[in-house]
Amino acid sequence: MESPIDPAFYDELVRTFSAWPEREVPDPATREHCRMLLHREARLLDQGRFDDWLALYAAHCVYWIPATPGGDPRREVAVAFDDRRRLEDRVYRLGTGNAWSQLPASRTVRLLSNIEVFPGTGTSLLVRSNFLVSEWRAGETHLWSGWCGQRLRLREGRYEIEVRQVNLIDCDQHLRNPSLIL
Amino acid sequence: MNTSTFFEGLVHEDRVHRSIYTDAAIFEREMTHIFGAVWVYLAHESQVPKPDDFITARLGLRPLIVTRDMNGRLRALYNRCTHRGARICRQERGNARTFQCAYHGWTYFNTGKLRGVPWPEGYACDFKDAQFNLAQVPRVESYRGFIFGTLNLDAPPLADYLGLARKPIDEWLDRHPGGKVEVREANRLKFKGNWKLAYDNACDGYHVVFSHRSLLQMENRNEPDPNKGMSFYRGKPDEAPMYMQYFGNGHHFKDKRPNYEKRPGALWELEAAHPGQEFFEKRIRETAGPAALRALDLAAAETVNINVFPNLSILGNHIQVFTPVAVDETDTTWYATAVVDEANELNGAADDVNALRMRTQEAFPNFGEVDDAVNFEEIQKGLAACEDEWVYMHRGLGIEGRVQKQPDGSIKAPATDEAFMREHMREWRRLMSAEPRIAVARQP
Repeated sequence: MESPIDPAFYDELVRTFSAWPEREVPDPATREHCRMLLHREARLLDQGRFDDWLALYAAHCVYWIPATPGGDPRREVAVAFDDRRRLEDRVYRLGTGNAWSQLPASRTVRLLSNIEVFPGTGTSLLVRSNFLVSEWRAGETHLWSGWCGQRLRLREGRYEIEVRQVNLIDCDQHLRNPSLIL
Repeated sequence: MNTSTFFEGLVHEDRVHRSIYTDAAIFEREMTHIFGAVWVYLAHESQVPKPDDFITARLGLRPLIVTRDMNGRLRALYNRCTHRGARICRQERGNARTFQCAYHGWTYFNTGKLRGVPWPEGYACDFKDAQFNLAQVPRVESYRGFIFGTLNLDAPPLADYLGLARKPIDEWLDRHPGGKVEVREANRLKFKGNWKLAYDNACDGYHVVFSHRSLLQMENRNEPDPNKGMSFYRGKPDEAPMYMQYFGNGHHFKDKRPNYEKRPGALWELEAAHPGQEFFEKRIRETAGPAALRALDLAAAETVNINVFPNLSILGNHIQVFTPVAVDETDTTWYATAVVDEANELNGAADDVNALRMRTQEAFPNFGEVDDAVNFEEIQKGLAACEDEWVYMHRGLGIEGRVQKQPDGSIKAPATDEAFMREHMREWRRLMSAEPRIAVARQP
């Protein structure tokens, strides 16, 4: 599998995720479709069904957690910047039985709200949502919070996740064991 | 109790007492006797390139403003209003000639001098008195971009303190165009454990194939020839050409460069797959001409760990900083670095190298360091068992010919040896038993 990431990809990504439309998609069925997809994604992650979760993503996709608000991935490191191959690496590692930071695995519940669906280019949609992830691991409960920007694209009758940008409110602070998938 | 007898009881030749990781009183003493007494890494010059640039930092627990003042001089000001003690600067970085306390409006120049206070007629004192100027670290020096500070008036010059560690630092820098790097943000990780657990691990070649087994598996999952990343730790790492070296003053070095052929492009071949690799590698090869392999090697993680006691570890392409928060809490900051190619040594490939290099630098913090940090936390939890008092670091001790003294005074041993740990603990014990002459400075 080759990485699809090149300068044009980065340019388009940074442009899309730095300027959000103001007006939502008017069609309630489209908005409901997005809500269902986001809730399904959250449930699969909470259930630790990472392969099923990966199946929601496009063959060329990015899972991106900036290290500064609005950080440009071309010029600075991110908390995470995974293309499809590295995302599969991430899931593979968790499945090796030797990823000590997730042994035992975190128990999580995710709450999503404030879902807004905006039109993107072509058949794509841009979706914003706020999240709270309550994580219990090794005797302690910890909250992760922020908002997600996602780009979905219609392919063969269903929406796939092309980009998921996870914007932690404390992305530029010291994070304790960020080994779970957010 | 006599302090040197006390600390001799805690640090033996082969082991240390659990309390050096768990005792709050020992931690408090470290903040003066270690973090006050030696040169401590504060920041990189590329974080404050212009006059009036500042970033906040800490020296032990002391909040600092590291700034290049209005005259271009590097200073480390105490971020503490001389009036009532509030932090005067609450931004993490920026550019400012003056700092005004948000509490009562006392205002300071970035030289540390008090500029003024509201309604001075209500005071009988003379505000020209130096006691009202900000405290600052009396000695701030930079070694090739790495800014250090110390409160110890008797400390040797920084270059002498770095001593033999200067050579690998020079080599690490000199592989880059112009012999310099620029800091480009960081992966920031916190763990609930003592800061020394991270420093003890910084040169540890024994843990790699166990702690990082999942990373080694991941990096090689699609490889027909599974030798990517740190694979040279598999098999018999002590028989590999890599080694550990202790430099004195608590500094040490893990040199993995002898593990592969010394030719351009060999380092890049060790890298596992990274986002953007296909496009950028191809374009670098096509456009950088004779500099292409050097450029690709600059996108790859350099295979050294250069550890400068007590809080700096230059490893891969990272500048990692350990910041104690409490006896059982530590922040580690993995500053990413980028190539700055002012003389175009890379034939225009620098931006492509950096685009790739940002991704290569995310790999270890994401898939390696998280496992280390959890192991450090598990040590801290294990050490709650107070009757089980000792922590061992005796790997290699007492084996004839294994630990070898070098003509330059350094010590070399095989890669998995814990000699470096025994030596920095000996230095820790010496510093904790000594009485350093520490002081702050103020503008006259």
